[in-house]
Amino acid sequence: MTNHWNDLANSDCILAMGANPASNHPISFKWVMKAKDNGATLISVDPRFTQTSSKADIYTSLRSGTDIAFLGGMIKYIIENEKYFKDYVVNYTNAAYILGDKYDFKDGLFSGFDAEKRAYDSSSWAYVLDEKGIPNKDLTLQDPKCVFQLLKKHYSRYDMDTVSKVTGTPKDQLLKVYEAYAATGVPDKAGTIMYAMGWTQHTVGVQNIRAMCIIQLLLGNMGVAGGGVNALRGESNVQGSTDAGLLFHIYPGYLPVPSASVPTLADYNKKFTPVTKDPRSANWWQNRPKYMVSFLKTMYGDVAKPENEFCYAWLPKLQDGKSYSWLDLFDAMYRKEISGFFSWGQNPACSGGNSNKTRQALANLDWMVVVNLFDNETASFWKGPGMNPKKIKTEVFFLPCAASMEKEGSISNSGRWVQWRYKAQNPAGKSKPDGDIIVELFNEIRALYKKPGGAFPDPILNLKWDYATNHAFDPHKVAKAVNGYFLKDTTVGDKTYKAGDLVPAFAMLKDDGSTSSGNWIYCQSYNNEGNNMARRDNSDPSGIGLYPKWAWCWPVNRRIIYNRASVDPTGKPWNPKKPVVEFVGEVKDGKYVSQKWKGDVPDGPWYPLKNPDGTAREDGKLPFIMKPDGYGSIFGPGLKDGPFPEHYEPLECPVEKNLFGAQLINPVAVTYKTDKDVRMTCDPRFPFVGTSYRVTEHWQTGVLTRWLPWLIEAQPQVFVEMSEELAKLRGIQNGEKVIVESPRGSLEAVALVTKRFKPFKIHDQEIHEVGLPYHYGWVWPAEGGDSANLLTASVGDPNTRIPESKAFMVNVRKKGV
Amino acid sequence: MAGKSFFIDTTKCTACRGCQMACKNWNQNATVPTKNQGSYQNPPDLDGSTFKLVRYSEQEVDGKPAWYFFPDQCRHCLEPPCKDTIEGYVQGGVVQDEATGAVVYLEKSKEAPFDEVRSSCPYDIPRKGKNGQIVKCTMCIDRVSNGLLPACVKICPTGAMNFGDREAMLKLAQERLEKLKGKYPKAQLIDADQIRVIYLVVDEPRKYHKNAIASVNPGFIRKLLAGGLRKRDWV
Repeated sequence: MTNHWNDLANSDCILAMGANPASNHPISFKWVMKAKDNGATLISVDPRFTQTSSKADIYTSLRSGTDIAFLGGMIKYIIENEKYFKDYVVNYTNAAYILGDKYDFKDGLFSGFDAEKRAYDSSSWAYVLDEKGIPNKDLTLQDPKCVFQLLKKHYSRYDMDTVSKVTGTPKDQLLKVYEAYAATGVPDKAGTIMYAMGWTQHTVGVQNIRAMCIIQLLLGNMGVAGGGVNALRGESNVQGSTDAGLLFHIYPGYLPVPSASVPTLADYNKKFTPVTKDPRSANWWQNRPKYMVSFLKTMYGDVAKPENEFCYAWLPKLQDGKSYSWLDLFDAMYRKEISGFFSWGQNPACSGGNSNKTRQALANLDWMVVVNLFDNETASFWKGPGMNPKKIKTEVFFLPCAASMEKEGSISNSGRWVQWRYKAQNPAGKSKPDGDIIVELFNEIRALYKKPGGAFPDPILNLKWDYATNHAFDPHKVAKAVNGYFLKDTTVGDKTYKAGDLVPAFAMLKDDGSTSSGNWIYCQSYNNEGNNMARRDNSDPSGIGLYPKWAWCWPVNRRIIYNRASVDPTGKPWNPKKPVVEFVGEVKDGKYVSQKWKGDVPDGPWYPLKNPDGTAREDGKLPFIMKPDGYGSIFGPGLKDGPFPEHYEPLECPVEKNLFGAQLINPVAVTYKTDKDVRMTCDPRFPFVGTSYRVTEHWQTGVLTRWLPWLIEAQPQVFVEMSEELAKLRGIQNGEKVIVESPRGSLEAVALVTKRFKPFKIHDQEIHEVGLPYHYGWVWPAEGGDSANLLTASVGDPNTRIPESKAFMVNVRKKGV
Repeated sequence: MAGKSFFIDTTKCTACRGCQMACKNWNQNATVPTKNQGSYQNPPDLDGSTFKLVRYSEQEVDGKPAWYFFPDQCRHCLEPPCKDTIEGYVQGGVVQDEATGAVVYLEKSKEAPFDEVRSSCPYDIPRKGKNGQIVKCTMCIDRVSNGLLPACVKICPTGAMNFGDREAMLKLAQERLEKLKGKYPKAQLIDADQIRVIYLVVDEPRKYHKNAIASVNPGFIRKLLAGGLRKRDWV
């Protein structure tokens, strides 16, 4: 979330699309309802009428996998009806940038596509630079080569008729949504988006969100109270896990993981430290070397020195051109390239696309260690459906671990609040907190590297590892290391810090080895003022629900990021009724003469772009400080599948043609080639669109919740929701067990026949969609059913490689037919 | 009798079922084996270990889907017919708490004929618990008399469940009704002057649940009973 949960209450229009927050983020509705009480409009767009829809002022449906068509139509509506917030667009976005002559979009493809490699060369997506190296701009937005005009041209194809034919959303309802949301494109209104896996889990997942980012920038909804682009994370600490570098391509604090072709720290800094020629751009990532060196000092302590590049060479590197995402790992496992696997706090046999492939992949391992609370389909895969235990050689070790309430530590919510939690009770039996398991494991590994020894021992033997107290994992020691220390006496301004003092905030981190920080964005979370994550002061001087002393929020306790975009170029709030920040420096002769902001922690202390008399300041800074150029990206040349979102059909879809262009599917989508990677488009055997989702009562694959009697009583079995029309077509009665099957697998589910699903009119044909929750598995309960991911495919988004679990093709039939 | 009341604003209920779980948790109630019967609603009905149940009802309004949620529970009638029925057979089987107005069944309620007690309830609430005692929502009398909110109210994230002094709840309910009337002409408070659990609905009450509204005015039943006419005689 760029904003945070409480801030939803500030919104004038809440779009819930790609998410069903009433079911899956129930507490969010505390704030959604407050917004509604204040007159906000709630819009729910979902293939099926959900609990969220039941509370919405406007509900409309769309076929799964057609969000870009829907949003592309909204972009066209906003531009053609001049609903965009012009001052914001001109001053704070790259709409005025001029593109080079080579940029083009034709037949569904952007310029630079290499059909053989199935990849884009993005060099033709570059801007025209002036003599100083700054992109040329046309502030009138009239130049046919400027981003704004190219945007207009790109989405001119997204007319109501075509959008409606693709999405199945009736035209009058499209218009209703467009009108309501576009009404927030004025200074004193804010619209927000609540999205979740309904947008991310597609082969166009990132572009779904990019489309909304474009809308939010056009309407001036970024950085303001009640606005933003808000990802509702699918697990209570998944924000924390990405912050801490759980993914293969990032180290803590979003530092890219280098590949083998980046052998030295100097190379790394050169490759990953962006530069700008525009003095008004803060270009915050220019500080990357400080964060990388401070990270290396946390990893390797005193051994990390300038003369050995702080042991950069010891960091594991990726193989160039190779990916190590979830889909890639299980593909490699299936192809017997991986022989050992730690399944820690997850249940991949049910959680990802194409569970039959995953389950078979586990059978190809020599060993697997499962760390979890309860038995699950991964740990017991060898005795699961279709498996012959006698023939499976995988040796499985199960380590029981503690639940969240049985250990102390931090949890980072979707709104980036890092909240400290105390231990409520001791872990049951011999189960242990994850931290203790890791400490014991590493101590043993290190002992083995000492004797008998092993390949490349240096990073193991020299790892700084002092996180235990009385031989047990100490979360405070880890939290302090994550925050970071001064490693020598340091004077900043009039204050001197001693070696061993905690660093107050990341602005003081250095690239010379004099500071450490395990994760720069968490610097300030635990400093000499104490454990800021444990703060519980619920005062709100802001009046807009920032609660600055409740827990702590990254970065530097900034509750709404890009908040400098909430003010006009002179530093005054666009919406004075809900100010996030305001520049209140002294004024002399129409010019600011002192530097002072009030409100939220601003995105940097610098002066605003202009003085009160309208004159430009050379020391003013642009609001989007994490972008090298300081502007919000309406044009986004950094992605693998194009600078503007384009509608492509899901990799399995019910149509033969893409009505927007010649290219049916995302040309650079991630696919795999094993015998388990089968897909069928427009195959009469699999005529219905399928999607997967969640219910309130269960969490993820249900490893925790399926064992809780009250929850399993309320949602005991996997079900498949379908329209009354489809049930009639297939002779299915509500409540009877049916077979749902895809080209990859099948499962039994209870038919839930409902008015809340309706057939779609797609390309003038009637198309049915069904949906299933994915929380179940064969281990428990006996009658619960199995995972909906038996149906989904192992195909992914080219940028994130997330599986496309939200749109695939299935058949539904009565049992025995 | 002032006492306490609930105000349940169904327009804010998202069917998260926090109330249903909190009720089970506070009362440490067991579960029954369930199956999905083509609905989200489970257990299918109130039972000896389910005192609070979110009921789901799919409707179509002007050709558009609507999904009504009704967190069902004992209404704690101002003049509870079940109390009269039980007391017709046994003393000390039920109390009506003076301070709150909560109607609470005691162990001796098992000496009253269950079917008769159940059918005397205009909302079909009483159920037979383990050991034969008749059971239902207690208004969390143990919590409320210690200054806490009922468990279902405490957990509700949206403001659907409210609890407090009766006058305050009636006022809140009336204000909310006034606000919604314009948009929903059928908006109403159900049986507000008879019971302590005041539901606000925006459509005909029976579209939410067949027993959302009393089939016979509970005051009327009480008068019949007071007149010596037992329900079994006039049904």
